[in-house]
Amino acid sequence: MNKITKKIDEVTIRFAGDSGDGMQLTGGQFTTATAFVGNDLATMPDYPAEIRAPAGSLAGVSSFQINFGATEIRTPGDLSDCLVVMNPAALKVYLKKLREGGSIIANADNFTEKNLRLAGYESNPLQDDSLGRYQVYAVEINKLTQNALKDLNLSPKIVDRTKNFFALGLTYWMYNRPMEPTLKWIKEKFAGKEDIIEANTRVLKAGHAYGETTEIFTVRYEVAPAQLPAGRYRSITGNEATAWGLMAAAKRANLELFLGSYPITPASEILQELSKYKNYGVKTFQAEDEIAGITSAIGASYGGALGATSTSGPGLALKTEAMGLAVMLELPLVIIDVQRGGPSTGLPTKTEQADLLQAVYGRNGEAPIPVLTASSPTDCFDTTFEAARIALKYMTPVIVLTDGYIANGAEPWLIPKISELPDLSPSFVTNPEGFAPYRRDPKTLARMWAIPGTPGLEHRIGGLEKENITGNISYDPNNHHLMITTRSEKINNITNDIPLAKVVGDESGDLLVVSWGSTYGAVHTAVETKRNEGLSVSHLHLKYINPLQRNIGEILKNFKQILVPEINLGQLIKILRDKYLVDAVGFNLVRGLPFSAVEIEEKIDEMMKRG
Amino acid sequence: MNTIPIYTTKDFQSDQEVRWCPGCGYYSILAQTHRVLPDLGIPKEKVVFVSGIGCSSRFPYYMNTYGFHGIHGRAAAIASGLKIARPDLSVWVATGDGDGMSIGGNHFIHACRRNIGLKILLFNNQIYGLTKGQFSPTSLQGQVTKSTPYGNIDHPFNPLSLALGAQATFVARTLDRDPKHMQTVIKRASAHNGTAFVEIYQNCNVFNDGAFELWTEKDTKDDNVVVLENGKPLIFGKNKDKGIRLNGFTPEVVSLTDGKYTNSDLIVHNEKDSMLAFILAGMSSMPNLPRPIGVIFAVERPTYEQLMQNQIDEITTKKGIGDLEKLFNRGETWEVK
Repeated sequence: MNKITKKIDEVTIRFAGDSGDGMQLTGGQFTTATAFVGNDLATMPDYPAEIRAPAGSLAGVSSFQINFGATEIRTPGDLSDCLVVMNPAALKVYLKKLREGGSIIANADNFTEKNLRLAGYESNPLQDDSLGRYQVYAVEINKLTQNALKDLNLSPKIVDRTKNFFALGLTYWMYNRPMEPTLKWIKEKFAGKEDIIEANTRVLKAGHAYGETTEIFTVRYEVAPAQLPAGRYRSITGNEATAWGLMAAAKRANLELFLGSYPITPASEILQELSKYKNYGVKTFQAEDEIAGITSAIGASYGGALGATSTSGPGLALKTEAMGLAVMLELPLVIIDVQRGGPSTGLPTKTEQADLLQAVYGRNGEAPIPVLTASSPTDCFDTTFEAARIALKYMTPVIVLTDGYIANGAEPWLIPKISELPDLSPSFVTNPEGFAPYRRDPKTLARMWAIPGTPGLEHRIGGLEKENITGNISYDPNNHHLMITTRSEKINNITNDIPLAKVVGDESGDLLVVSWGSTYGAVHTAVETKRNEGLSVSHLHLKYINPLQRNIGEILKNFKQILVPEINLGQLIKILRDKYLVDAVGFNLVRGLPFSAVEIEEKIDEMMKRG
Repeated sequence: MNTIPIYTTKDFQSDQEVRWCPGCGYYSILAQTHRVLPDLGIPKEKVVFVSGIGCSSRFPYYMNTYGFHGIHGRAAAIASGLKIARPDLSVWVATGDGDGMSIGGNHFIHACRRNIGLKILLFNNQIYGLTKGQFSPTSLQGQVTKSTPYGNIDHPFNPLSLALGAQATFVARTLDRDPKHMQTVIKRASAHNGTAFVEIYQNCNVFNDGAFELWTEKDTKDDNVVVLENGKPLIFGKNKDKGIRLNGFTPEVVSLTDGKYTNSDLIVHNEKDSMLAFILAGMSSMPNLPRPIGVIFAVERPTYEQLMQNQIDEITTKKGIGDLEKLFNRGETWEVK
């Protein structure tokens, strides 16, 4: 049989099926195998809020998209090249996300009359000519799976559960991925259940062999390893990276890590991840509510731990008052907000960037808090570590904004050496001489930190306004003004302790695209594309929102037009206009989805025409 | 060997001017706390008082220990985090009926069920004092307050029943006007391993004066209060002539002088009996019965912080002290050259 191998630079695949079809697992395994080959990659899971939406329904479709390549990959891809669908509903939902001419691998056995009806198809798209623009592979996955397992005497339920491995095996063949990592995973995951190991192994191999032997598949693809910076890599999701960033920071600070948290989508994985590491100096406390999550963390920080709390938008709202308390107490605290669609309960499983103003301004009184944002799954590690550095050095709560998109997405991570990360050790006061709870370091304005258990330093702190230096309750008008301005100055001064902002592209020109958070990949890709086309466009991505880097004002002045794309109705743009009086233009789509690079490119074109 | 300095009451008094209304019951509670702390055998620097908001919550400012004046209702949650992070500390929560039972009710019940080693002192005055006189969750039905001009329609909490229902392992009640008794109860609470809850009847002489006078004033107290002592029958009255017996599951007052009943017919207090504890706590809502004071319930159950430490020890023994470098490099990794 003639099978051709085509070399390609970049591929996007989407696995889609019922939420019970194991698509997240399938995607996760494909990611591991892809990382193993040495491709750069980015992933994006997309699943319904319902744990088990009605089988076969459009609402119940769950999907996992992976973009991988021989070159640098910054987004999980806009349109997919290959769509694997386990039922008609999955096809219905994601066909519009498949590029013209792309491949569809469909589980033909699930295109039953009932499923077609549930998905709103009047006739079977695998049989009519409605998919003429695509390469369609209708595979009887249920039957082939059953055949592979027929001598094992397994219950139909178990057999049914292995069919995603058939699809996985088939895509491994198509894209030249090794099966070994998955075979190893199966052995470890189902250790002691020999029949399940055998079943999954057989079905995975059957899928692979099907590609190899069946005549309908004539082309397979090869994606060469990417040229990434040298070192050891692993695949990591944003939430894992956030959890590990906290652990690394605590380690480098020689402090115990305390996470007070309440389960909330899409932040729960941070709590779950940290709860595994009892032997790493980590204490996790699943609190009774969001408020107890943060207040327990403040209590732990008061006791000399690195206190942290993790949540999503509605939880951040509940923590508001306690954040103000942490501002007043001037204790270190890291607050992680994995943003999701709002307002209110909103779209819990979808992504959004609409908590920025809540993070920067959302408190009673003048309560400045540093706000940092992560741009990608791996950047969650660096951002969280940096947040802890600022929290400990300046004795302040710090907010880290990530979002559902990068929290659940994965990419290769160049594993850092712990010993090469900066030392964050705080200096606890032990000498009673000259101690006053609100005496400050003249440079950082951080107050002295004395923890309970230190003899001779007994003192009281609280949410009432403090007298400067002594920390005693004070209603003195001038003292209040002094304390308000001092707290504000302390946070503003952090700008002198963070790197200058760097523009990607020319330092001046027609258009500057300013982004923050998870839109980094799409914006970067779009700007690069447009620069290659010869347009005078540059990119400025902001990690630090409060305070802003000290050269932002200078940078903005050097461009004729400024575009600020955000997945909200224009929040960073308000801050930039307020601070720099610039006539920036917003690009705002709030759909619970990340931007695609193409959307940004179109907006850039529109701006350049107007220019 | 650690030597703990010999303290006096003065060592625990802070230099801050106490700012409660003259005649407030808090003065007595503060004085008894100052008096008891030197005897607890705890180094001063290991003691932390945590509070929320309300008159009660100014308490930490007046203690020359570590102190944390938090936000409304959250003292138990703040203290929980502190105690979990620092099990070596003696962590006290000073709260009131508004702070602890209303806005902080959730944190209170969860602290109780977890059995975190907090000593929770609830200063119950059945009114919001700091906000100048609105009803609280322990105010009586019918009570006229600033926010209930036609009488309170809210049914009150019984703090002891609430604590017991939340699985607290130590539940006690004492009175602001009975210094000796309060000292005994505070000492017992301090010695308890786990969450210790003490309700203190405290007179707000400005907004709810005399709320507890039946049980605190000399001429009525003896006939209306039964002082619980473990292993002893429930006897009360000026002349120790009355007792409490169980009629079915219902406690009732009986005379010990009319020949019908003797001491052997009476309830014998057993601090470890959870069913009895509910009955004793429930006596507060039965108008014909005296109010029990003292330790209602005290049992041992592993504390949250101990269970956490056990888990840490067990996993550390099994897996060794975690090495982040190794963790980061565990599982599927690959080298790019």
